[in-house]
Amino acid sequence: MTYEELLTQTALEDERIIVMTAENRALVRNMPKVLGSRFIDTGITEATMVGMAAGLALRGRIPIIHALAPFLTMRAYEFIRTDVGIAHLPVKLSGYIPGLLSDGNGPTHQSIEDVAIMRGIPGMEVYCPADEDDLVKSLPAIWASDAPAYVRVNHKKGIYTHRPFERGQAEIIAEGADVTILVYGFLFENALKAQQLLTQEGLSVGLINMRSLKPVDEAAIVRAAKRCRMLVTLEDHLKTGGLYSIVAEVLLQYGITVRTMPLAFEERWFKPGLLTEVLEVEGLTPEKIAAKIYSSSKLVYAE
Amino acid sequence: MTNTTLSDLQSTALRVREHIIRMSAGGGCFIGASLSCVELMVYLYKEFLHHGLGAGERDLHRDYLFLSKGHDVPALYGTFVEMGFLEPDRLRNHLSVHDHIYWHPNRAIPGVEFHSGSLGHLPAVAAGVALDCKLRGERNRVVVITGDGELNEGSVWETILVANAHKLDNLTLVVDRNQFQANMRTEELVPLEPLVDKFEAFGCRVRRMDGHDFLQLEEAFRELPVSNGTGGANVIIADTVRGKGLPSIEARADRWFCAFKEEEVEQLLQELHGRKETVISSETLVVR
Repeated sequence: MTYEELLTQTALEDERIIVMTAENRALVRNMPKVLGSRFIDTGITEATMVGMAAGLALRGRIPIIHALAPFLTMRAYEFIRTDVGIAHLPVKLSGYIPGLLSDGNGPTHQSIEDVAIMRGIPGMEVYCPADEDDLVKSLPAIWASDAPAYVRVNHKKGIYTHRPFERGQAEIIAEGADVTILVYGFLFENALKAQQLLTQEGLSVGLINMRSLKPVDEAAIVRAAKRCRMLVTLEDHLKTGGLYSIVAEVLLQYGITVRTMPLAFEERWFKPGLLTEVLEVEGLTPEKIAAKIYSSSKLVYAE
Repeated sequence: MTNTTLSDLQSTALRVREHIIRMSAGGGCFIGASLSCVELMVYLYKEFLHHGLGAGERDLHRDYLFLSKGHDVPALYGTFVEMGFLEPDRLRNHLSVHDHIYWHPNRAIPGVEFHSGSLGHLPAVAAGVALDCKLRGERNRVVVITGDGELNEGSVWETILVANAHKLDNLTLVVDRNQFQANMRTEELVPLEPLVDKFEAFGCRVRRMDGHDFLQLEEAFRELPVSNGTGGANVIIADTVRGKGLPSIEARADRWFCAFKEEEVEQLLQELHGRKETVISSETLVVR
């Protein structure tokens, strides 16, 4: 099932749902004819769309709103924080082409701070599905809840069949004694392949699909930290405020120390280009991820 | 409007101004922007809106009023007290952390439709409400009061474009045109005039009148069509005076936010009733 098929089915079953977009129709092409007046395109007006969504939610609606992730989360940030966040309204934000998925667009379109800023809003939930299968397994619960939520929409077909979604629960793909890779979103698949490569090299490597970054699965992070000698956080996000920060916050809270290697963007935007090339240049292919983890894990053992 | 109604509205407005002046004691309030929209608030709640307050459960068929400029909330609370929707004693809790009566509106006070404080937000929220009313085929009205300084915010104009695109003619934007924003005259900072032309060019149906004259308010609001044919939102520009009712602070750039001493409040109450102007020794400008 695709994002749009799920959205169509959900919206047809529930009159409360209003599908909105700030003229980004990539995910909702067929909605106008299916939903009629419950499909609202506000034009290129992210802030107004969010404010209107808050007004619709005040009237009992559940707006599911769409825009490119950077414009949705940053152009409209104060409207999200002030109108949706303070009132804790069930507005569901779908951010399109987050992180690496903006490939050739350039830094204006790179949403690589969205997790940091969206989780900074009290009561806002943040979800980052690994692929289309994970996405459509996650969304029914996210849309059914009373909470405002931001979803990094990753609609790429994956190679993995995910387990059912539960809010606040990570998906434990594998457990390991040497290293555990914590990942979310688009990089999941490369992490999975890297985990397999590292296993072939004789390392015992765990892999966790974080899925739900807020609320986050603290127990899964703590268990992994206690079980293995090194954690790796892998994300197409700035190092500040994303998964690396979340893991640091959790470990500090529980008084646990473990070597943690961040694979994230440090104080810069990534060089735009076709996704396959970007992955090569940024060292985010399965082989390059595995090589970085392998050499780092050897250093940990040498200490 | 009968003479009795007019006289009732005028005496209510006077009492609302008394509440506002009392709320300016101690920690102070945005007295200028509150005094300028008293007639608007009193007229809308007593004569125009089917707000459902005081009549049991409020439903989705009610009319809505949103206070987008936010600083005017003492005028709303004063009106609520006069209409029996808020206990008079609660105004004494102004700025107490144990109540919800502070410088900006919030939904913890029954009757407040939405919080505000950050300018340029509630036109969009109101447009969302108006859109839902249209989707449900209801004929209720959605009114949002903005400041004139607030029109600096691009989001106001963005929302008008979108509201007109979606033919939200059940939406009415009321501009409290008191000629001032925080520290200066609007025309000296970011000129707004010709304001009627600007809104008309956006596709709105615009009326402009004296915002302190109940008869003119009545005329402007009574002729608001539920469906006005143009498809655009309605705009009412209410020409007002910042600090209206107190000559000692009227239309003065340095009397935006005021925190008065108790003895000054007593003198201002006298001044409101036509006695001599108050000699104010409190700091002339408290920058917020």
